[in-house]
Amino acid sequence: METRFFNPKIEKLSPSELRVLQFKKLKTVLRRVYQKVPFYREKLKEAGINLSKIKTLSDLKELPFTTKEDLFVDYPFGLLAEPLEKVVRLHTSSGTTGKPKAIFFSKKDIWAQAELIARALVMTGSTSQDILQNSMTYGLFTGALVMHYGAELLGMLVIPAGPGNTERQIELMRTFGTTCVHMTPSYALYVATVIQGKGLKPGVDIKLKRAYLGAEPYSEETRRKIEEMLKVDVYNCYGLSEMGGPGVAFECQFKKGLHLWEDAFIAEIIDPKTGMPVKPGEVGELVLTTLNRTAMPLIRYRTRDLTYAFEEPCPCGRTHIKIARIIGRADDMFIVRGVNIFPQQIEAVLMGIKGVAQNYQIILEGLDEMIVKVEIDRDFFDGRIERLLKLRDEITEKLKAVIQVRPKVELVEPGTLPVSEGKAKRVIDRRTL
Amino acid sequence: MKIKQLSVFLENKKGRLYEVLNTLAQANINIRALSIADTSDFGILRMIVNNPEEAKRVLDEAGFTAKITNVIGVAVKDRPGGLAEILKILYEKDINVEYVYAFVEKSGEEALVVIRTNNLDKTIDLLKEAGVKLLDSKTLENL
Ligand SMILES: [Zn+2]
Repeated sequence: METRFFNPKIEKLSPSELRVLQFKKLKTVLRRVYQKVPFYREKLKEAGINLSKIKTLSDLKELPFTTKEDLFVDYPFGLLAEPLEKVVRLHTSSGTTGKPKAIFFSKKDIWAQAELIARALVMTGSTSQDILQNSMTYGLFTGALVMHYGAELLGMLVIPAGPGNTERQIELMRTFGTTCVHMTPSYALYVATVIQGKGLKPGVDIKLKRAYLGAEPYSEETRRKIEEMLKVDVYNCYGLSEMGGPGVAFECQFKKGLHLWEDAFIAEIIDPKTGMPVKPGEVGELVLTTLNRTAMPLIRYRTRDLTYAFEEPCPCGRTHIKIARIIGRADDMFIVRGVNIFPQQIEAVLMGIKGVAQNYQIILEGLDEMIVKVEIDRDFFDGRIERLLKLRDEITEKLKAVIQVRPKVELVEPGTLPVSEGKAKRVIDRRTL
Repeated sequence: MKIKQLSVFLENKKGRLYEVLNTLAQANINIRALSIADTSDFGILRMIVNNPEEAKRVLDEAGFTAKITNVIGVAVKDRPGGLAEILKILYEKDINVEYVYAFVEKSGEEALVVIRTNNLDKTIDLLKEAGVKLLDSKTLENL
């Protein structure tokens, strides 16, 4: 595929120019929040920050974080850096408890985010001749509307289908010759299954080329499956409503990491426990500072999403850093023998081993001992003990290679571990430290 | 001349062995021979039963992980060195014996033994040649 750009100047800016641009924008943002957002003024004062002392980009790490809880301190309008009359749109994002996060957009914010989407669409090969069926939820959720504006900015024909009603989705695809879809991975799998069930031939009856899938985590395996079933290229997109919705980071044609637009955000990856930056390439929590947003700028916002940064430059020519697909939530992290470990790392290893069923459980006990209970696959059991011992050793070694700690692996009967539902049951900490 | 053995994966959990045996008892399955191979955190229960297919069905239904595999049953003269003679035959022909265990009951002058090797067909040929009495599933049912 030939490499095209929506905004070549910015997308190919040299790393040093990018840093200069980031710093210039950072100074502006800091000055604005200090002047216009009492919450930030207090926070900076409390932390003893003198803005004139911020001389380089790396001084950013002296600034306090903004957490999800902070969004509720002066709820709902307290974080506005613009008068309400300049605000043109509200999006919300449901929290785990109580009130939804309220995110405000100015006119400028809407089109700035739309540009990030337009860049991403071009980055994957889309042009103004493409037809995008937008099957995300329109409404308070950012997913559909932000993508909608970005696709229109590029000049695509947008079909605002919204989710559900699969019969109609497929009918729209056939009638109007949809070439791109934007939906969740689980819905894409479902739609693909229905298309197959109807005996429709992807590539003949349905002419999809690309699927933009996001809003929930999915694996490489799921990507390949959907690509195979629908005969499309699947691209991973990352965003969160606090950062303006989708378009924060997006895969390019090489599908190896998501370019995060550094003229719009400063990305840091930190150890969620200590708040310090992780070593290059290590997994940590993504922290973002908005550089363009005028209505509701956020400084060092803790996304709680875990990822890592790629070091090597991308062959597509874009200079903006790449992050890995989100591997999990920072809240799930635990520490064994001084090493940060995420259940998702363990899950990824187990998923790649034959003979292992879906469920696992991590038990921490004694003096920092880690036990990983793994259900064996019913069909893998052939009555031979050697086979099971070999499986146990394989799991142990592969886990050790990834998490740097040698766990004790216990094979258990299929169906005996609690079904995966968040951290509570996955990790049981009985340590007596 | 192979006979069917039922293998059940057992994690080291209190009462799990009892649950397997109880499930079989409820279904009127008779256990002729039994052995447990144990590691620190799981084991494999191996059994010769009167109706292996039915036994597997009830165990599957109860959520156990069971598998039917082939083994060889032999009748060994009930005197010192009886089993050693048989193992010597196999050892000399480079047959690898994975495990051996004896029947719970025995009839008359012979001890009945279950043998699993890495090459069952060759084992059968060798034992037949040596005049060892092999058990078939019919004999087992009538035990
Ligand atoms: Zn790239």
